[in-house]
This record gives sequence, C-alpha cells and structure tokens, in this order.
Amino acid sequence: MKALLTGNEAIARGAYEAGVKVAVGYPGTPSTEILENIVQYKEIYAQWSPNEKVAFEVAAGASISGARSLATMKHVGVNVAADPLFTFAYTGVNGGFVLVSADDPGMHSSQNEQDNRRYGKFTKIPVLEPSDSQEAKDFTIAAFDLSETFDTPVMLRTTTRIAHSQGMVELEDSRLNVTKEYVKNAPKYVMIPAHGRQRHLVVEKRLAELKTWAESTKLNRMEINDKKFGIITGGICYQYVKEAFPEASILKLGLSYPLPEEMIRKFAAQVGELFVVEELEPFWEEEIKIMGIKVKGKIIFPRTGELSARMIKGSISQELGLAQPEEGGIKTNDLPSSPPRPPVLCPGCPHRAVFHVLKKLKLTVAGDIGCYTLGCLPPLEAIDTTICMGASIGAALGMEKGNPDLADKVVAVIGDSTFFHSGITGLVDMVYNKSRGTLLILDNSTTAMTGHQDHPATGKTLMAEPTGIVRIGELARALGVKRVVEIDPFQLAEFEAVVKAEVAAPELSVIIAKRPCALLEKPTGLSASIDKDKCINCRQCMAIGCPAIAIRGGSVDLNESICTGCNLCVQICKVKAIRKAGENNA
Amino acid sequence: MREKNILLVGVGGQGAILASKVLAEVALKSGLDVKMSEIHGMAQRGGSVVTHVKMSDKVHSPLVEKGEADVILAFEQLEALRWLEYLKPQGEVIVSLQVMEPVPVILGKAEYPQGIVDLLYSKVDRVTAVDALAIATECGNAKASNVVMMGVLAQKLGFPQESWLASLKEIVPEKLLAVNLKAFEKGYVV
Repeated sequence: MKALLTGNEAIARGAYEAGVKVAVGYPGTPSTEILENIVQYKEIYAQWSPNEKVAFEVAAGASISGARSLATMKHVGVNVAADPLFTFAYTGVNGGFVLVSADDPGMHSSQNEQDNRRYGKFTKIPVLEPSDSQEAKDFTIAAFDLSETFDTPVMLRTTTRIAHSQGMVELEDSRLNVTKEYVKNAPKYVMIPAHGRQRHLVVEKRLAELKTWAESTKLNRMEINDKKFGIITGGICYQYVKEAFPEASILKLGLSYPLPEEMIRKFAAQVGELFVVEELEPFWEEEIKIMGIKVKGKIIFPRTGELSARMIKGSISQELGLAQPEEGGIKTNDLPSSPPRPPVLCPGCPHRAVFHVLKKLKLTVAGDIGCYTLGCLPPLEAIDTTICMGASIGAALGMEKGNPDLADKVVAVIGDSTFFHSGITGLVDMVYNKSRGTLLILDNSTTAMTGHQDHPATGKTLMAEPTGIVRIGELARALGVKRVVEIDPFQLAEFEAVVKAEVAAPELSVIIAKRPCALLEKPTGLSASIDKDKCINCRQCMAIGCPAIAIRGGSVDLNESICTGCNLCVQICKVKAIRKAGENNA
Repeated sequence: MREKNILLVGVGGQGAILASKVLAEVALKSGLDVKMSEIHGMAQRGGSVVTHVKMSDKVHSPLVEKGEADVILAFEQLEALRWLEYLKPQGEVIVSLQVMEPVPVILGKAEYPQGIVDLLYSKVDRVTAVDALAIATECGNAKASNVVMMGVLAQKLGFPQESWLASLKEIVPEKLLAVNLKAFEKGYVV
C-alpha cells in the first residue's frame, strides 16, 4: 500500500516497521511531527522530555534495556544532547538506537544553521541521510539494523526540505519481537576511565569496520550516465541535481559518514571533472580532498543557506562553459515591490502585553527561544539578546554582574516550556549567586511555537494521558526565591505595577505572567471597536503591533474579524476611544 | 495533464498547508508521482507562507523555482504579487480578493500596492479573482475560504470531482466537513 507522507511521517512509520518500542524527543522545527505521528502506533511508548539531553538519555536507557529506541530533535537540540551522545558512542547499544537530527539550512525557524554531519565524525558514529520520504522510512529501518550490527548509536540526519516535504511511500508491516535481553555488563556500560579506555579502542575498531562496510552498502550508489563530469551528492541535493542534470553521472551518498573511499576513487576515475554538491559545510568535500582526490565544491557553491536545482545548474554550467539556464518567468521588475511580511505575534497574544510594558519601562531584556522571540521585531523591539534555549537567565545574570549600569534594569524573559527545558539551572544560579534581577516566565500553558505540544506543567503526556503538574511558582519558591508573583499580563496596570516593583526590589524576583496562548482560547466572538468620535488619532494603540489595528484612510481602524477581544488596546488608549469587547454595540 | 507545478501562497494561518495536502492527495489518487513541500514554525505566525505541489510521472525536487509554476493559487492579494515571478509566462493565477496588511504597512512604513488584481491582469492572460472570504462567510465559516479556493482550482485542473471530495473527507476534521464541502462546491462553480 502506498501513502503520501512527509519525511517526518515516514520516519515515524519506519520506526514502527523497525519494531521500535520507545521514542523520545523535545519539540523543535523541523523535527516535531516525528513524535506527533508516532503516537498513532500503539506498540510504541512515546514521550516528550523536558529537553533533548534527557530525551537522549531516556532513549539510551531504553536501548541498554534491550528495546529499539528513537530520539528526535532539531539540529541545535543535538548540542544539548551532545554530552550523552559522545559517551553513548563509547558504550554502544543493546537494542538499536537511532538519533534523528533535523537540520535547518536557510534557518526557516532556527537561530543558526549548523551542519550536524560534523557530529558523526566528531563522535565516530555513522550518519544516514535520506533524499525523500521513501528513503526516510527505509533509512530509518536500515539505521536500526546498522546500529545493532555494529553496536553503535546511528544518526539519521534530515533537513527541512526532507522533513516537511511529502512524497509517496510504500507501507509494510512491523517487525515484531526485535527486543533484546538485558544482561548486566559494567565494562561496556559503566564509563569509568578504565572501562572508557577499553571502549575507545572498540570505537576506533568499529569505525574502521564501518569504513569497509560503507563500500558495499546499498545506501550508497553510483548512477553512471554521461561521463563528461560527475557529481557526488546526497540528501535533498540529490533531488536538485537530478532535476538540474538528469543525464549526469552521480555518486549518491546515503551514508554521509564514514565515506566509501574506494567507491569514490572508482567514481572519480570514470568521470571528467568532479563536483561535490552539499548544503552548508564542505563536509564531504574535505573528506574527499583528504583522500587526495581533486574535487570542486564550495569554490562554486555557497556555504550558507539552501541550494536549489537552478543554482546547481547555473554554477556547474558556468564552471564547464555550458549554457546558463534561462530565466523563463513572468517579468515583474516594472511592478510595485511587495512590502515584506515578517511573522508577527498573533492577535490576542499575551506576550504583546508583556513586551509593551517592558518597552515602556525601558528595561534591558535578555530573551529566549519561542514565539515571544518575535517581541524583538518592530514596533515592540523589546528584546536585547537571544542566544539559545534557556540562555536568557544566564545572560541576564551576566549582564547584571558585568555592567553596573545594567544591574538595575535587566530582566530575563523565558517561556514555560523553555524554562523547563533549560531555565531551571539558570534560576538556581541566580539564587546561588545573589542576583538582584528579575525573571519573567511567560507561562502560556503550552509549547506554542512548534505547534502546541504538552510539557511538564500542562497535566497531559504526549500519549494524551493525564499526569501530575510541575507548578512553576512552587518550584521557584522551593529553590529559594522569596519574591514570586503570578499575574495575568492582560491586567495591564497591575502587571506594570508588579514589574516596576519587582525590578526595584533589592533581591531576586520571579514574575509568572500567566495567560494561555491565544490560539488555545475558545474564540469569544467578541471584538473591541473604535469610537471614531473620541479617537484623536494619536496612534498610541499602534505601538503594540497588533495585526488587528491599522491605519486606513488616515485614521486608526480596528479589524473586528481578527480581533480576539483581549482588550489590551482598550487599556492603552488614553482617551478611552476603544470600546471593550462586548460593549461595542452601544 | 501530466505535469503541473502549483504554488499555494498566503499568510500564515490561512490554511495553505491543508489545501496543499488535499491537492497532493488528489494527484496521488490519479496515479501521478507527487511531492509537496511546506515551511512552518516561526514563519507560520502571520508571515508570508508558500507551499509547493509538484506532480508528474516522476518528481525529483519538491520545490517550484522562479518561472516554473503552472498555477499560483493565492489566498491573499499581496502574496499573489510577491510570488508572481515564479509563474510560467503561460501560467495561470487564481487570487482571493482578501487583503491582509503586513506589519510594515500597518505601521505606515510601507505602502500596500494598489490595484493588484489589475496588475496581475496586465501580466498574465489567465487570472481568476475570487471573493473567497465572502463566499466562505456565506457558507457559514470565513475560515473555509481556503477550501473555496480549492474548489476554483479543482475546476481548472480537471481531476474527477469525486476524488477532490474524497480527499477533503480524508483530511478535513469531521466537525468542519459539512461547511468545507459546501465551500468547495461554491468555489467549483465560480
């Protein structure tokens, strides 16, 4: 049976067919839908962990216990999980273990575009890279077999265009009973130095064996056609190359690391000029050059962003003196330019109230990763730093300690899911090192940016079972924070007074700005409205950047069809020209 | 009809992804190879969004590049203009009359181009402008305007109507199905 699946759905299906018993991850674009889809397979236990390190460790434990297990995360999540990854590469597995790293070239929804193939070389584990949804499924299954055959964790690396593209996939049945017996084996699983030294020898031997295996695996294949030039490629770039040069000779790498040296030599010997087409880092190019083989890569392709069929065709054609691809589209240069449409906080988003106040009070704001990162954009422009998940708290503490001028006005802003991810240790640091700062936890009761996943304070698991709730305020108090205030940011005057008071307080404060995500709230059907007779066109209400408020015909206009009735603008208007939601028909 | 490249463009939250899934499923049912590519995450929060649907005997790249689209289905006027250079010279534009001002326009830092539909007519032989929002509202839910647009597209592409209805039933949540089926049928006869 064939089905149309995204790469992520295909990986979930592959895990099911491979007999996976445990699947763990933390939401992160473009990896999130793997676990969201895995829950449909009742044979698999699946869970969100608070962060990728814990997710990796849970999956590693499941593997040691004998179960085939999967850990999923976005590329930067692998940084968080890197500590167990490096050492789990030493212990090896019992049940097969696959780590999915979903990379994001072009940074569609990420803070950097690191190339995680490098982790394969760094940790000495094999990396598989599918080129479409069918391969996403097939390679997932192959990765589990490879993991058990070579006693190694395996990385399955995707990119956004694989993860979020749909293609046809042939569905098969699940393999049953692949679970292994657990046998205690301290020299293998207890990494004290004496054991670690022995395991390091095993790792080096394993890598040498993997290199030999790379020569014969069907994951790599040569497509010999026109021999004028040859292209070594893989992942989504394989599809771009096929589109750009249907007749070219291609060495398609499904195993991104380690590389099949003999196969590459054979391929290079058969073709004229040799190119390597890969997004981001010159990972294969460097490996191939170390082999002493002449190849062109990043000298003609960018090291940043995504590639495309047209770009590949253009660059290689130019290099070979071939005709350039034609620009055959509609000519639009005489049309008015289209104003950009950056993403924006939704109408009714509680974060808008928070950033309005922080901006008004002229505070320095260490920000974090989530929808609320959009508070950095005009007109709010209320964020000073964003580095990585959880970094707001440490960064705020560092700014407080590093610059006396900032000490009285720096605050950290972090979401609820991000606080659980990696904010708690930062707060411990604030307590321990006598911070006088203020931490705002924007608690919208969900992991919003990635599509509303549950987390430790929502009371529900990934498998939709009710569970206990970690209460953020109680947690902060238990850590020793004396000033903990919980408040709805839409009570604007009160919220502003609280922020003022806590920033002025000579000791550490935690403010929990609690209000569910606007997309989770049932629409009230009510909207605010403008009383044109009272409006003095001062445009104060425009400063909150609500998509429902715009200038039309020279005066302020409120789009009642998208207004959620949050009443933030009502509270901001100094002349009371905006009527509250529900009072607009007077 | 063997090979078609279709771009669905709009604003995050308008339902472009759902529409693309329906379209891809229809192509699959007709026996074509099909790929669909979308971006979500941060861009989805009210930003400009595009999904690519390609169908042929064999599809390699999931992406439609500049000058390669046979059809641009635009859920918002400005987005039709933004992506126009992706259209083949003989291509077709189906545009919803809906206007959604981006933040720079709201803030008065940029102008929303005037007369977009006329500009489209000046460049493209086949333009269909649809008041999808009004039609969807008439059907009982303004949010179904994406499915009204699907109806218009369905009528142009020529796959069997049953196969569109079957795909809608597979993909649209049960409780919204009735209004969406109505929206599709209204779009189909535009």
